[in-house]
Amino acid sequence: MSTSVVRPEPAIAQPPTKTRALATVTAEDRFVELGSWVGGFALAWLLNTKLLPWSGGLALALTTIVAGLVVLAVATSITEPRPVVVDRVVAALIHVGALIVGLALLSTIVFILVRGFAALPHVALLTQDMSGVGPRDDFNRGGILHAIVGSLIQVGIAIVITVPLGIGTAVFMTEVGGKYARIVRTVVEAMTALPSIVAGLFIYTVMIVTLGLSRSGLAASLALAVMMLPIIARASDVVLSVVPGGLREASLALGASRWRTVWHVVLPTARPGLATAQILGVARGIGETSPVLLTSGAAGFLVLNPTDGVMNSLPLFIYTTVRSGEPMYIARAFAAATVLLFIVLILFVMTRYLARPRKGSR
Amino acid sequence: MSTVVPTRAPGAPAATPRSIAGGHAGADRVFVVAMRATATTVLLITGGIGLFLAWQAVPTLRRYGFSFFTETQWEPDADVVGIGSVLVGTFSVALVALVVAFPLALATALYINEYAPARFSGMLVSLVDLMAAVPSIIYGLWGFFLMQPHASAVALWLHQHLGFLPFFRVHADPNAAVWEQSRYTASAFIAGLAVAMMVIPMACAVMRQVFSQAPLGEREAAYALGATKWGVIKSVVLPFGRGGIIGGTMLGLGRALGETIAVLLIISPAFVLKFRMLEIGTNTVSALIAGRFGEANGGQLSALLTAGFVLFVITLIINTLAAIVVARSRSGAGTDA
Repeated sequence: MSTSVVRPEPAIAQPPTKTRALATVTAEDRFVELGSWVGGFALAWLLNTKLLPWSGGLALALTTIVAGLVVLAVATSITEPRPVVVDRVVAALIHVGALIVGLALLSTIVFILVRGFAALPHVALLTQDMSGVGPRDDFNRGGILHAIVGSLIQVGIAIVITVPLGIGTAVFMTEVGGKYARIVRTVVEAMTALPSIVAGLFIYTVMIVTLGLSRSGLAASLALAVMMLPIIARASDVVLSVVPGGLREASLALGASRWRTVWHVVLPTARPGLATAQILGVARGIGETSPVLLTSGAAGFLVLNPTDGVMNSLPLFIYTTVRSGEPMYIARAFAAATVLLFIVLILFVMTRYLARPRKGSR
Repeated sequence: MSTVVPTRAPGAPAATPRSIAGGHAGADRVFVVAMRATATTVLLITGGIGLFLAWQAVPTLRRYGFSFFTETQWEPDADVVGIGSVLVGTFSVALVALVVAFPLALATALYINEYAPARFSGMLVSLVDLMAAVPSIIYGLWGFFLMQPHASAVALWLHQHLGFLPFFRVHADPNAAVWEQSRYTASAFIAGLAVAMMVIPMACAVMRQVFSQAPLGEREAAYALGATKWGVIKSVVLPFGRGGIIGGTMLGLGRALGETIAVLLIISPAFVLKFRMLEIGTNTVSALIAGRFGEANGGQLSALLTAGFVLFVITLIINTLAAIVVARSRSGAGTDA
C-alpha cells in the first residue's frame, strides 16, 4: 500500500466546491410565513369587526397574534412533519415575545419624548426655577434648573462618598482577602437586597427624626449613598475578581510591592470594567426617587447649598408635579423626564464607550 | 542494599526553612491597613443599617406579636397596626409582574441568543442593559398615562370572560352599558405591568448570559441527530440554563418586591386584604412607607421600620436563594469547555 498522497493535477479543471448551506430557508418557507401572518391579520380583522363583541387596537393586535400562529401551524402542517410545525410555531412565539419587549421599550422612550415636547423647546426650561410660577403660567416662565442642579449636587456628593469606599472595599475583598474579607463580602452582598425606600427611611429616621436636622440635599445624598454603596462595591468586586491572576503574579515576581501591583497592574487592567460599574451605579442613583422622596423635601427654587434646607431633584420634581394633576405641571414633568432620560442615556453611552475593546491592547 | 540516611553533623544548628512570605515593606503595611479600614467602614455602614432595622423591629414585634403580620388595618391612632394587607398587595403586584415578565424575558433571551443575526446581538444586549438603566419613575409615567386606559380595557375583558376565577373578580357589573372604568384602574394589575418593565431586563440579562454558555458540543450533537432549532433549545439550551432561568426570575422578584415609586404613582392606597387584583385599590410595603412616613412619630415610625425590615428580609431570602440556584446549576460547567 502506498503512503504517498496523489495530488490532483492542477491542469484538470475542477468544479468549484461549494459548502452546502445547512440551514436552508426556501422561498416556499418564507411565503408560508408571510402569508400566514397576512391571513392571521385578515382573520383577526374580520373577527374583531364582524363577529366578536370587542374592538380596539390592542384587541386587534392580540387576536392577530393568536390567529397568525394558528394559520402558521395549519399551513406548515400541510407540507411538513410535526417537529417542523412545532419549530416554526415556537420560533414565531419567541419573535413575537422579543418584539413586544422591544415595542414596550420603544413606546416608553417615544411616549416620554412626545409628551415632553410641549415644554421642551423653551429656553426657560433649563435656565429658570419654579419659584413664583403658577399652574397657569406658560412654558416661557419657570423651568427645572433647580431640579437638574439639585440632582447633580446630590448625586455628586453620593459619588464622592461611595466610589472611593466601594472601590477600596472591592480591592480589600479581592487583593487582601482572608476570613475578614469573606465576612465583608457576605454583608455587602446581603445589603444589595436593601429596598431603596428602606435606605431612605433609615436616613430619615436617623438624621431627621433622631438628630432633629431639617430635610436637606445632604440627607438625600446620604440616602442615595447608602443605597448605592453595596451596589457599587459588589459590582467592582466582580470586575476586579476577573483580572487574570497571572498579571498579579508577574508583577509580584518582578519585585513590585503589593500596593504597586494594585495601583499599576490590577486597577489599570480593570479600568473599563470599573468605570462601567461606577457609571451604572450612578445611573441607578440619579433615577431613584424613593430615598429622595423621604429625605430632601421638594423645593420650588434653586438651592445650591446642600446643607441648607429643602432641595429638589429631577425624579422628585417629576413625581410631585405629576401628582399635582395640573395639565401644565404634568407637561413640565414630562419635559423633566425627557431630561432625566437624556442624562441616563449619556451615562449609558459612556459605559459602552469605556467598555469597548481597545485597539492595540493585548 | 543499604540506605544512607543523611545525618546532621552533631552540634550543627537546626535548619529551618526560610519564610517565603517576606515581611511587608512599610508602604504595603499602610496599604493593607488602609484597605482594611475602608472595608471596615463599609461593613459598619451596611451592617449597621441591617442591625439598626432589626433593633427597631424588636419593640414593635414584641408589642403586636404575630398579629403584626396578620392585621390588615394601619391605624396607629387606634393602636392597630399590621402589614397583612400590604404583604398580600406586595406579593400580588410582584406576581402580576412575574407572570407578565417571565415569558417575555425568556423569549427575549432566547431570541438574542438563538435567533437574532449575530451582528445585531451585541446591540440588542446593550438595549436590554439600557432598559435596566431607565429610571423607575419613567416606567411609572408610562404605566400611569400610556398603559392604564388600555390595561383597564384588558381588565374588563378578563373580568367578563374569566370572572369566575376569584382573583379576576371586580365589584362592578361587567356587562353594564357604560362600564365603570374607574373601578378597573389604579389596581395591582396595572402596577404589576409597570413593575414588569423593570423585571424583564434583569431576568433577561441573567437568562441570556447562562444560555450563551450552553456547550457547543451538545448543540452540535443535537443538530447532528437531526434536531430542529427548537429541538436544540428544548434538549440542550433550556436544561443547561435552568438555573439561570430560575435564578434570574427570582432576582427580578426581589426587584419587584422593593419597587416603590412606579407603584405609588399608579395604585390608590387601600388597606383591605384583597386578592382581586384587577380592582381599584391595593397597597404595598414600600408604598405604605412612602405614604405614611410624613405623619409618623415614635411608635408608628418604629412600625414602618419594622415593615421595611420585613421587606428587606424577604428580599434577602429570595436573592440568596437565587444566588444559590444560579451557582448550583450546570452553568459554566460545559462538557467540552
